[in-house]
Amino acid sequence: MTIETDKSSDYTQPGMGGMVADWAADKQTFDMPWGKLMMWIFLLSDTFIFSVFLTGYMNVRLSATDPWPNPSEVFALEVFGVHLPLLLIAIMTFVLITSSGTMAMAVNYAYRGDRKKTVVLMSLTALLGAAFVGMQAFEWTKLIVEEGVRPWGNPMGAAQFGSTFFMITGFHGMHVTAGVIYLTVIARRVARGHYEGKGYDIVEITGLYWHFVDLVWVFIFAFFYLW
Amino acid sequence: MSDTAGQQHPIGIYLKVWLLLFVFSTLSYLVDWYQLQGYLRWSLILLFMFIKAGFIVAIFMHLSWERLALKYVLGLPILAICLLILMMSIEGDYTYLTRHIFFDR
Repeated sequence: MTIETDKSSDYTQPGMGGMVADWAADKQTFDMPWGKLMMWIFLLSDTFIFSVFLTGYMNVRLSATDPWPNPSEVFALEVFGVHLPLLLIAIMTFVLITSSGTMAMAVNYAYRGDRKKTVVLMSLTALLGAAFVGMQAFEWTKLIVEEGVRPWGNPMGAAQFGSTFFMITGFHGMHVTAGVIYLTVIARRVARGHYEGKGYDIVEITGLYWHFVDLVWVFIFAFFYLW
Repeated sequence: MSDTAGQQHPIGIYLKVWLLLFVFSTLSYLVDWYQLQGYLRWSLILLFMFIKAGFIVAIFMHLSWERLALKYVLGLPILAICLLILMMSIEGDYTYLTRHIFFDR
């Protein structure tokens, strides 16, 4: 009569058999804290929101009979008289990737119990995120004031360009802004020692959200700016 | 709760992925810089996009170290999105053609 031999009660069995055991055994299915699982489920739902936005963009771009404005030219910048296509977007991409890197390291140091480095790296992540939002505000201003792009039309071609651009980048920018606030709040609580004894899963959960924001940008960069 | 207290990996792996993301972002930027067009442009954009997305999800979000149960919960619903993309691209082409036929422009 040994219950210990029931291998399905731990989470070590690999592959399909392991997945069946995780679902079928008398235990919690997912090997993680509930907060982390709920963040994953939230991110899955957010994936659907952004996918529907991008699919909608694909649909109106396919069906537009007016020429689609060339994003390479629309988002070009003149720096000291040199014409550089997509420069600001490239910088924004690198800033967001860097913030993802610092976030990943923050999660690592949090699990090691190095509070000081965690707080510094999380703050740096939030700062880079804020820089991203600032550059996006600059980009929007330039587009609205100088290029005359509106959600209902623009001088360069298909009217759908403006509506999809403002909707998709606006929703993404809102996610970045929310992420900056989220990071700031959690970093402050880490600094105060709020999670001592509770464990530092919260930093990984915050990280999941932040990496997701970076992930969405990878798709927006490819489909809106490069396509 | 076997490895939830962990997700302990050497810092080096994050720096390497960071570097790779930089490289692939630069490559996708160069696609635009050299004004590659047509199927070459589209396939390169998609290739670099999926490589970058894969690195972020697998390493930064630690999905490659998670149980298969979670991978399937996240992966299977994506098939519905693929179906939506397929249907909407057919629909988009159809709308485009009907606009040409009925509005002659």
